[in-house]
Amino acid sequence: MSAQQTLVAPAPRARPAARRGWLREALTGWLFSAPFLLIFIVFLALPILASAILSFTDFSLGNLVDPFSARFIGLSNYAKLLHDPNFLQAALTTTIFVVFGTVLNLAVGLAAAVALNRGISRFRAVFRVGYYLPVVSSIVAVAVIWRFLFNADFGVVNGVLQIFGIKGPDWLGNPTLAVAIIVALMVWRNFGNAMIIFLAGLQGIPNDLYEAARIDGANRWQEFRSITLPMLKPTTLLLTVVTTIGFLQVFEEPFVMTQGGPLNKTRPISMYVYQQGFNFFHQGYASAMAYTLFVVIAAVTLIQFRLLRSET
Amino acid sequence: MSVAAPVRTAIPVVTQATPEQRPSRGGRRARNSLWVYVALLIGLVLLVGPFLWMVASSVKTPAELHHVPPTWIPQTFTLDNYTTIFTKLNFPQYFVNSVIVAAVVVGSNLLFCSMIGYALAKLRFRGKSAVFLLVLATIMVPQTVYLVPLFVLMSNLGLVNSYAGLILPFAAQAFGVFLMRQFIQGIPDELLEAARMDGAGEFTVFRKVVLPLLGAPLATLGILTFLGSWNNFLWPLIIATSDQMFTLPVAVATFSIGQNTADYGLLMAGSVVLIAPVLLIFLLLQRFVQQGIATTGLKG
Repeated sequence: MSAQQTLVAPAPRARPAARRGWLREALTGWLFSAPFLLIFIVFLALPILASAILSFTDFSLGNLVDPFSARFIGLSNYAKLLHDPNFLQAALTTTIFVVFGTVLNLAVGLAAAVALNRGISRFRAVFRVGYYLPVVSSIVAVAVIWRFLFNADFGVVNGVLQIFGIKGPDWLGNPTLAVAIIVALMVWRNFGNAMIIFLAGLQGIPNDLYEAARIDGANRWQEFRSITLPMLKPTTLLLTVVTTIGFLQVFEEPFVMTQGGPLNKTRPISMYVYQQGFNFFHQGYASAMAYTLFVVIAAVTLIQFRLLRSET
Repeated sequence: MSVAAPVRTAIPVVTQATPEQRPSRGGRRARNSLWVYVALLIGLVLLVGPFLWMVASSVKTPAELHHVPPTWIPQTFTLDNYTTIFTKLNFPQYFVNSVIVAAVVVGSNLLFCSMIGYALAKLRFRGKSAVFLLVLATIMVPQTVYLVPLFVLMSNLGLVNSYAGLILPFAAQAFGVFLMRQFIQGIPDELLEAARMDGAGEFTVFRKVVLPLLGAPLATLGILTFLGSWNNFLWPLIIATSDQMFTLPVAVATFSIGQNTADYGLLMAGSVVLIAPVLLIFLLLQRFVQQGIATTGLKG
């Protein structure tokens, strides 16, 4: 562009030409952006905005045909949330899923990454591929498999326990055990991702640090505590943010494994939003709940990125 | 170990000292790594085991499926479960639905994301930064937030229970824009200028110069979008209201919590159909990924 301009600059007629070139470039820019933007705005940006508006209305099944007939009811939906024991239970369940899930996901991912990086010299690729398999698999399918494995009457887990003469429990019928199994499934399916990202982080640690430590007579645990962990801090914080956001939206695992039961103890917020919005058709109320979840996600992300910035 | 020539001091001493130390150190290492192998192997069994169990169970008879204690290797091999889901149940339809949705979602993202990526990376126009900010702002918004209004929109457009309803919300995804923009920024301007000098219009520049250079990022975007679409569950569950429009995950989930709840033979066969294509693609591309690393390693 600039080359062209300097070439033709002396001629007085060049200016309109350059101007036309500028206009054409702008037009082309918008033309190239248009297909993406059209779909993106109509089916993503607008619904996000509409959700905020919906959350202040009493929108329900009757308004589906004529969306603008819904009445504004101010903050009523949000006030109702705070007194809805089902929502509070869902919030508690989500918190348990997120806290235990995130901590375990990172711990197992890090352990696997360290073992693959420095513990062994052969078959690395086999383990890396094997550990990553669940990440690419459908959650619905693996949740169905897990439900089968933990079936009280003919599941493998209780079958193995029986060999040792132990009568296995009804895993998914017990609220505490069901929560634990769903957390385990979340970690089982996702830690491969954390492992890959930790592996990349580990490979960025200079080897001299370990050599220096070895000369000083440090053992493996001291090496891990004083070199590996501090050097992985940025990776760890980033993974914490990503995992937290992901687990705050957990849906498929409890939907397939327990349908939220027993006693709604395994029903997270996303599932309660789904039920309120699409089973009971309380779309206004569901939107208020979804927006609350969104605000929490935004806040958690912001806090964690603050930490990330101040610590590194 | 015996120092033959005292003249060769420093270097031989060092090289001799190391082999002397190595047996003890190496022994400790070897024992340590044996434990690491054992731990990793147990992990591998726990991670791959359920998949093998799924495959084994899908070829068992109903009687054997409910046998206590469970059998590891099928005693009587049968394909009845597969025959049933493909002839008595509607699995051919679900499979085709999943393929159609994934194909269109992948295709539209490859095309639209590389186009807008080109505009954002290489063209100057007013409102460009606003466009980029808009895309950036939505990347963190969880799906749960816009499901309800999206459904209201779809029902007013008459797109509930249609391919368009399944596809459109995923036809233009933000992360593809970042990926393509990032990569296209790395293409030297001189290359584009040269084509423009030869009288090529922007569309020709894009098609003949930019697109041929986008092989690697397009492959990445294609794989990620395919995985996302194939495994996508919540939106298809909402928008596909009749059996005819179910995708595979919706079908498997619906059967698993419906009246077929105890028929694990059918459910495992369904899960195999749902998981197999993705695993196949992943395993094939994993080889390419490793080859890629090996080649760059040789070159670098």
